[in-house]
Order: sequence, then structure tokens, then C-alpha cells
Amino acid sequence: MGNPHKMQTTGQTAVTGRETNDAPPILPSVPLPGRNGRAMGTKSSMAEMRHSALVRITHWITTLSFLALLVTGVEILISHPRFYWGETGNVRTPPLFTLRIPASRATVPTGYGYVLPDQNGWSRYLHFEAAWVAVLTGLLYVGFGVFQGHFRQNLLPASSDLSPKRLANAIARHLRFRRPSGEEAWSYNVIQRLTYLLVIFVFFPLVVWTGLAMSPGFTSVVPATVTVLGGRQTARTLHFFVSGFLVLFLLVHVFMVFLAGFRSRVWAMITGRPAKRMERT
Amino acid sequence: MSNLSRRKLITAGLATAAGASGLAVAAKLAARYGLIPPDAGGPFGAGETLTYAAQRLLTRHSLAREFAPSQISKAPFANAVYPLGEGFQRFQEGAFVDWRLAVDGMAARPAVFSLAQLKSFPWRTQITEIACEEGWSYIAEWKGVPLSHLLDLVGALPQVRYVVYRSFQPDWWESIDMGDALHPQTLVTYGMNGGELPVGFGGPLRLRVPRQLGYKSVKYITRLTLTDSLKRFGKGLGSAAPEGGYAWYAGI
Repeated sequence: MGNPHKMQTTGQTAVTGRETNDAPPILPSVPLPGRNGRAMGTKSSMAEMRHSALVRITHWITTLSFLALLVTGVEILISHPRFYWGETGNVRTPPLFTLRIPASRATVPTGYGYVLPDQNGWSRYLHFEAAWVAVLTGLLYVGFGVFQGHFRQNLLPASSDLSPKRLANAIARHLRFRRPSGEEAWSYNVIQRLTYLLVIFVFFPLVVWTGLAMSPGFTSVVPATVTVLGGRQTARTLHFFVSGFLVLFLLVHVFMVFLAGFRSRVWAMITGRPAKRMERT
Repeated sequence: MSNLSRRKLITAGLATAAGASGLAVAAKLAARYGLIPPDAGGPFGAGETLTYAAQRLLTRHSLAREFAPSQISKAPFANAVYPLGEGFQRFQEGAFVDWRLAVDGMAARPAVFSLAQLKSFPWRTQITEIACEEGWSYIAEWKGVPLSHLLDLVGALPQVRYVVYRSFQPDWWESIDMGDALHPQTLVTYGMNGGELPVGFGGPLRLRVPRQLGYKSVKYITRLTLTDSLKRFGKGLGSAAPEGGYAWYAGI
């Protein structure tokens, strides 16, 4: 198992130094010997956490709601697998592109001789319910993440890691599918940090925004939600692509978890601590 | 039990109690201000209630987006309609002179209007987008009588909370709350793009509700019923949509 205190030597002292000044302590009542400002990696039993309870709970709620959004989103998409650009679009107007899949509506020309069953009713119900869960969970996560210093401590990359050379190194290591070193079981590397920040602060807000831009009720209150994008059909097409990026993230994320040791990482995200026989390295 | 875990337990207990009573108060307030949709039961009720309540709090007086004449779709799509049958054909052959719209329920002066009467009332036009829940859309100019004008004419009673509207097609009926019923853009529509409303697009009469998706804009309307409760209509879920698995509120 990696020695967590090693982290202090990996160019993140600048970050931790700032944390000890203004980040609220996570457990103020427990003295943490040799504490370096992280939730993880100190000798205190409480602080030997890989992931805080909030991160773990919001992670799995988000997982469930994302899967629900994905399945129902695909079902809704099947009723009209054509995409347009601009304000309007329908089967009588030329599409931007068409997915070569059968549709659940006979009115859509697909080239297939059959029509799939209509699943839009429950799919739309569940899509918006899961969206509420995802958005409320996301707000809780971001709110507490800011309050507890989660982003600064665990996700903001050290500026030294952002030099082109170190970034290139990190990417090269990823592309060679190197198993992560022991200490990476305790903290995120720079690629992970940048990816997570991108997903949390760019792609999730974008997918919510493009989704709301399709709501006739919401856009009656805030028309700019859709006009800034260039129209309802543009919003729908962007919603599809942003969702595609999120699915890509999910696939790579799960693949990386496999690479790093599936049992150990999943166990850590459930209990907060990596499994005992964790790393082969 | 250590101090820490006891303190945690007490905090968690207090938080749960506060959360539960907060929810109870919220539910009561929501019911009082009409923020609970008729299809709030079942596994999707929580999400549906959140959506409806949030949008109703936000959309009180908001207007659906209107467009310039140049943005009217050159190729609007009428969507497929079940065969309307011989009865409809007879109306059509008579140029819909005999078409009637009944307004009944909680009204001081229930009335039956002919198309000619409806066309003699104050009208307005609007260029709005109609979007189907499937994803496609088009923009058209719609002409008709604001529903609020008809409600004034028949003397809607103050306790009316919903307007139920029925199509010539037997199993097609919907309802909207007063937020949408009194909304200036909710039109009993008989014209489209400068002409009569074509049958494919819902002619002779269609209720246009532009702040909601297309399936709330029911085609071939024949009857409006003013009511204070949706429980007595169909299965009590508000409209045919939830009976077929779709949400009653279609603002999203």
C-alpha cells in the first residue's frame, strides 16, 4: 500500500500549504498528527479515508440517475432518430444527420420495415425524475465540495503538474495503460483531476442547460436558454453530443477503474477505504 | 458509545425530523397553491410534482417565445392522426358549418358556440413553435379566440381550477390548470398561416397551449368542461395522457 505521506513530496506542497490556511478542517474535534490537509492519508483512523462520505454517497446516486437518464434518453431518441440545426426540424425538413436505427414512430422514414414499441411515456417521466435527482445531488456535491475544500484539496491540479512536459508524461503513461502507482490509490493524478473538473463543471452543466433549452415552459421564462444556443433543434442536437461525451467519460472511467484494480477502487468508493490486498505494485 | 458518535446520532436524528416535517409542510403548501399535478401518484410522482411545481412557480406570467413571420416553417408537419370516421367526414363536407364547441361545467352561463360565432369574437394571432415530445418541431402563425375570453363569456365560477377539453376522437381528452387556461397565448384556434386551420393540423378547432408540448394542443375540440377537480374525469389522472403512460404536465 502506498505511503500517503509521500504525497507531500510530489509537488503539491503549494496546494496543501494554502489549504491549511483557509480550508475548514474536516473533523475539527480530532487532532490529526502530521496532517497534510487531506481527507485521506493521515494516521488517524477517521482520516484514513480515500473518499469522504459525501463523495461516496453522491457518486452512487449520480451513477444510478445517470444510468436512468441514459436508458430513457435512448428510448426518447428512438422516437425520432433524426437531428437538425436551428430552431425547427421535422420529417419534412432535411436533417443534419440521421442515426441508422429503427424508430418507435411510423412517421419517421428509417428504411426499416418495422416500428419499435413506444416507450416514451415512462421514459419521459423517469428522465425528468432522474434529472431532478442528478441535479439536486450535483448541487449538494458542489456545495459541500466547495465548503469542505474537496475541489481544492483533491481535484484542483497543482500548477507544477500543468507544465506541458508533465502533462505529456501523464498522458503518455495513460496511453500505455500503466497501472497507477501505489500512491495514486490515495490521490488523483493530473489527468484524472482535469477530467473530473471538466465533467463536473462543464459537461454536467451543459447537459442540464441543453435539456432545459428544450422545455417550452422553462424557455418561456428564460428565452435566452435556447436563443443563445441558436434554437430548439440545435439544443436537442447539442444535448445528444454532450450526452455522448458523458457516456464516453463513463466508459473510460470504468475501464480505468478496471485497470487500477476494480475490487479495490469500487470498495474504496463504497466504504471509503481501499481493500486490504489492493495493489499488486 | 463515544461522544462523537452520540453527537452524530443526535444531529442525524434532528436533521431527519427537520427534513420530514419540512417535507410535510412543503406538501401542504404545494397542495394549497395548486402545485401538485393530478398524476402525482406512483413511482414518477415525485419527479413530476417537482417539475410541475417548479415550472408553475417560475412561469406564472411568462409568455411562450414568439417568432418573426420570416421564421414560419415552410414545411410544417401535421403528424399522423387516427382515422376520424364518417361522422367527421360529414362535418368536413359541410365546411364545418355544423361544428359546435360546448362549454359546460362550473359556469354561470354554459353555452354552445358555432364556428361562425367563435370567429366573430375578439381574436389574436401568434407565431409560436409547436414541439412534439418525440423531438421534432415547426413554427406557424395561429389565429383564434383566447380561451380566457370564452371563460368570461360563460361566466366561469371562481372555484374553477381546471379546464377539461375533449376531442372529436373519443379517447382523446386533456386538461390544463387556470395558469394555462387564462394565459393570453392559449387560443381556441381556427386559423393557421393566414388561412383556415387544415384538418391535418387540427381543423376546424384546436386548443393551442404554446407553453406545453404538442400533445396538450388537442385537435378537433368539441367540448370544454370547467371543474374544480379532475377526480371525476376518466381515471382521475387529469387526462388521457397519463392513462396512456404520459405525463399530464408537458411543459418540459
